[in-house]
Amino acid sequence: MSSASVTANEPMLLLRLWRNQEYRSVFIQIMTMLILFTFLGMIGHNVATNLEKAGKDFSFKFLSYPAGYDISFQPFISFSPTDTHLRAAVVGLLNTLLVAVSGVIIASIMGFTMGILRLSNNWLVSRLVYVFLEFTRNVPVLLHIFFVYGIFLYVLPVPKKALSISDTVFLTNRGFYWPSPVFEDGFGYVWFALLTAIVVVIAFVIWERKHQDKTGIKYPSFTISTAIIIGLPLLTFFISGSPMSWEIPVIKGFNFKGGTSIKPEYIALTFALAYYTSCFIAEIVRSGILAVSGGQSEASHALGLSHGNTLRLVVIPQALRVIIPPLASQYLNLTKNSSLAIAIGYMDIVATIGGISLMQTGREMETMIFVLLTYLIISLIISAFMNWFNKRMSIVER
Amino acid sequence: MSETVEQEFAPGNHPDLPPPVSTTGIIGWSRKNLFSSPLNTILTLLTLLLLWKSLPPLFEWAVVNSISSADSRAQCWNQMSSPGAGACWAFIKDRVQLFTYGFYPHELRWRVNISFLLLALALVPVLYEKLPHRKYGLFYSAAFPFIAGWLLVGGFGLESVDTDQFGGILLTLILGVTGISFSLPIGVALALGRQSNMPVLRILCVLFIEFIRGVPLITLLFVASTMLNYFLPPGTVYALLVRVLIMVTLFASAYMAEVIRGGLQAIPKGQHEAGDSLGLTYWQAHRLIILPQAMKISIPGIVSNFIGLYKDTTLVLIIGMMDILGLGNASLADAKWAGLAMEVYIFVALYFFISCFSMSRYSLYLEKKLHTGH
Repeated sequence: MSSASVTANEPMLLLRLWRNQEYRSVFIQIMTMLILFTFLGMIGHNVATNLEKAGKDFSFKFLSYPAGYDISFQPFISFSPTDTHLRAAVVGLLNTLLVAVSGVIIASIMGFTMGILRLSNNWLVSRLVYVFLEFTRNVPVLLHIFFVYGIFLYVLPVPKKALSISDTVFLTNRGFYWPSPVFEDGFGYVWFALLTAIVVVIAFVIWERKHQDKTGIKYPSFTISTAIIIGLPLLTFFISGSPMSWEIPVIKGFNFKGGTSIKPEYIALTFALAYYTSCFIAEIVRSGILAVSGGQSEASHALGLSHGNTLRLVVIPQALRVIIPPLASQYLNLTKNSSLAIAIGYMDIVATIGGISLMQTGREMETMIFVLLTYLIISLIISAFMNWFNKRMSIVER
Repeated sequence: MSETVEQEFAPGNHPDLPPPVSTTGIIGWSRKNLFSSPLNTILTLLTLLLLWKSLPPLFEWAVVNSISSADSRAQCWNQMSSPGAGACWAFIKDRVQLFTYGFYPHELRWRVNISFLLLALALVPVLYEKLPHRKYGLFYSAAFPFIAGWLLVGGFGLESVDTDQFGGILLTLILGVTGISFSLPIGVALALGRQSNMPVLRILCVLFIEFIRGVPLITLLFVASTMLNYFLPPGTVYALLVRVLIMVTLFASAYMAEVIRGGLQAIPKGQHEAGDSLGLTYWQAHRLIILPQAMKISIPGIVSNFIGLYKDTTLVLIIGMMDILGLGNASLADAKWAGLAMEVYIFVALYFFISCFSMSRYSLYLEKKLHTGH
């Protein structure tokens, strides 16, 4: 292969250069660059001509023009048709993030629960979870979204005949309604009590750790902390004379007024994404726990640790190292899948700027580039965070 | 018990006693697997309650009370004790042609049928390793996408069919099969490029893979449906199906590349060195030594990618293509059958479950068969 293999009947110079690995690799790379730039140049030229033909220019100025449409779901910042396209995009982005964050939380809880239940020595439970997992995983997520949304559209009753629990919590085809708390004067004491409780618990946990290190005596710190955090505010609440009332949703005309509500689109999207993703998380958790060798839990039992402590202190920290990398990619998947919102009319970033704004302004290039870049940035941030977390978890390795 | 004590046996000669009743048979099994602790007992009872509450009504709805022949929802519900008490499978029966062929012209549907048959034939050499003359079979399998493309689209002697008329299972299969068969070779090339020691190639491959993996498929499909035409030379217009196929294939290749890279990284350096010391060139070494091992390791990942891609083909309904789910959704708007969403969704779910579950089972079988390690 190398140029040193010069024989009596020397071939041509070019052939010799081609047989030299270094020259060849330089040559191939230059050719690749040439082809790439020609290709990009062609595309650039095509875009320029096509845009000119269609009588359009390329600019992001439209972002500051009034959008002219309304967004049905705007829990964080208000939006009206006179606001700009950029504001519409931000509202959409916040809606995307809302689904992503709540979906990730629900999916993690469900996934870890199912992963552990899958390993349960209860035959019936582990089989049932297995059947659920296999069925859910092998059906497209879009179908799950339609299915949950279909329950709202076709199965749940209209607000007048709402399903309710003692006339305070209502489930209708317009969404889910429950009473919202109204804080009266004096509720500040309760907030103050909660704050105090948190400070006390932190101090207690630090002291408890030190005490355990010194004496070896362990207090049930979890139970005590929970009791303080719940108990102290509750006590203050009753002492100060229950300074809170509930605003119960009441039916007015065709819909409910008052209380807190969530839209069916949001519930359908979040819940479907969460349980779909949780099936993948369950498998990851299961294989992560199985990857910790049995000797580890035997050793910890031999040291006298209880079953719970074995899980908490020995098995889970080791399993997490196996679990985190694939878990990160599932979180990313959930975030990206939240773009399916447009199928059921939830106003996420694809539906706002990539959907309606695109239709209204006719700027396909600009809106699509905007959406693609936004997703790229979100993905990069999530994977950077998960990489950092992964490094923190695996640093103990020698 | 007292009898056995009375009888005298020389030490070690006692005949084996049957195991205690509570540890064998159904009782022993259920004590061990269902009621081993208080928590387990509660879980078992809760599960049984859940099953008891959900399965019989479901069975009643789907089988006992179901109606399989009617002309409309009203007729269907008239035959039941109360509206919606049972499933109206007549709806699916009425639409099964549409769900299979989409809007493909009636008189030309034999071409779709032949394509389905050819697809089944093309799968045989891929799936069965012991097939005689498998090599020639594989040539046919590789040629199948092009043969089917000709049969379905027409031209060259066949009456041509507009790709907008494709739909239903036909469209789902076209997207799935094309994505699967083209993403694998492109994915291998990208994975090799990412591992290459030529910086330009490596950076290009990394950029491509990370870009595709960083954005959702639906945005890429929007790009295909709205923006891609700007990239093409003025005057050329590709059918939406072609643009979507390109995007789906690129999308799947990026994910495939990452799976195969995992396999490539698992190959010990000694294998590369062994290839070099035998005097094999880069391509020979990869074809004969590295890739066969790397592919074997990546089979589970590759198949789960296939399954993911197959499920993701449903997203095309968002840009207005009528795949099986899209048609199902669209027929819910039909006034004659409105409100029968669950029937449609269950039908589509079963279709996907059967195809994806069999793929994953096959991958398990393949993994076991190829497991030559210790």
